[in-house]
Amino acid sequence: MSLQSLDIKRRSATTTPPPGVRGEVVGDGVAKLIDTTQCIGCKACQVACMEWNDLRDEIGSNVGVYDNPADLTDQSWTVMRFSEYENTAGDLEWLIRKDGCMHCEDPGCLKACPSPGAIIQYHNGIVDFHQENCIGCGYCITGCPFDIPRLSDKDKKAYKCTLCSDRVAVGQEPACVKTCPTGAIVFGTKEDMKQHADGRIADLKSRGFDNAGLYDPGGVGGTHVMYVLHHADRPGLYNDLPKDPEISPMVAVWKGVAKPLGVAAMAFAALAGFFHYIRTGPNETDEEDERKAKEFMDE
Amino acid sequence: MNKATQPRMIQRYTTSQRINHWIIAITFVLLAVSGLALFHPSFYWMSNLLGGGVWTRILHPFIGVLMALCFFVFAARMFRHNFLTRADIEWMRHAPDMLNMKEERLPEQGRYNGGQKLLFFALIFLVLGLLLTGVVMWRSYFSHWFSIELIRLSSLLHALFAFLMICAIIVHIYAGIWVKGSIRAMTRGTVTPGWVWKHHRAWLRELRGTPTHDK
Repeated sequence: MSLQSLDIKRRSATTTPPPGVRGEVVGDGVAKLIDTTQCIGCKACQVACMEWNDLRDEIGSNVGVYDNPADLTDQSWTVMRFSEYENTAGDLEWLIRKDGCMHCEDPGCLKACPSPGAIIQYHNGIVDFHQENCIGCGYCITGCPFDIPRLSDKDKKAYKCTLCSDRVAVGQEPACVKTCPTGAIVFGTKEDMKQHADGRIADLKSRGFDNAGLYDPGGVGGTHVMYVLHHADRPGLYNDLPKDPEISPMVAVWKGVAKPLGVAAMAFAALAGFFHYIRTGPNETDEEDERKAKEFMDE
Repeated sequence: MNKATQPRMIQRYTTSQRINHWIIAITFVLLAVSGLALFHPSFYWMSNLLGGGVWTRILHPFIGVLMALCFFVFAARMFRHNFLTRADIEWMRHAPDMLNMKEERLPEQGRYNGGQKLLFFALIFLVLGLLLTGVVMWRSYFSHWFSIELIRLSSLLHALFAFLMICAIIVHIYAGIWVKGSIRAMTRGTVTPGWVWKHHRAWLRELRGTPTHDK
């Protein structure tokens, strides 16, 4: 966590440039491509994530669907979400989506975070939480368009998928990629992953999935976790994957224009008071006022 | 002035009102400083006042609840003195004369002038707004009851209300510094008859005939 990195692109709550003397990365950074059409829902990726990151969620109870655990938690950074979709031909399609941090190019969590260095974005596109700087306010949850970060009850810090930044830093692929038995999860440069996706999409289209496509939403500047979807025209089918995710306008104002304007206006108010005093001097009560008041009261 | 020529002082605030006011003032400063620390990175260093970022996140909401409680008690006690009158509207229209020290052009004012009453109602609105939006943002206990959209709206409004409150308090503090003889009303409880004569003459008319407070 405290390993010095010279590859920082953006740092939360920081107004000066972060360390970044190294050149821009090639290939548009890294990306994880999740091919929902090849996923069999085995949850090996969830297990690999737990193992590598040394996490153990509490054993929950069955909530009537295959999702297990039922939601992302501070201990479960990725969760398979199962949807049963009856298509127009009346056939059942089992749409399984591996949910987790999308590693947005324009991360809402980082924009919202008030603590310097608690969230950082590397040049390769990975968005990482540095829990040692996390104050536990939960603003990252407020800022995230995908509802990903979770506050831990144990230490009140926010946690989410790191895209195995520690593995990637030493040239390995994320643990979930390593373990996926069907090759549904692949990892490489974003350019390569898009190329790989093109091949998959062409194949799907040839087999009747006319709307197959890549999920790399532009509203958040693109993501470093992308999906191949059979129904890219309707991402909502995949357990409410947002169609056009973006940083909420309310968060954008709160953490954007409001900050410099607010500070400037408050400074102006204080300075206006100061210079008013310099101009008019104090508003004093003199002997004359006291005399008149006494006369008035004694009348 | 020696004791013989000292004017009879007029009581403006009771001891408990003064204690209440200063609890509000102290909690407000703690809240403004810790809130600004989380509002803009250039103020993050001010999170040290409460012992760092984590303590700021933990303490800010509790201090906020304390301030709101004390404020509403104070506001309730001051409420009957703050009904708006025609003279207050007139005062607001002549506010530039006030700022230019042409107080004689203003209508006589009661216990509080139009500007003070305006501030009074603005603060009631802002403290209530800050309390409600703050509860929605309070992750440890309350946020799970609210939708993400409401939390986002509350976060934006909390910042807006806090900004307006800080500006309002800047005006309030400056008025106290500028109008000499005012601060002692909140530190010692009394003001001089001349001060009342100059700034709140209608109140002095009310007081005439009633016993004044010697000090």
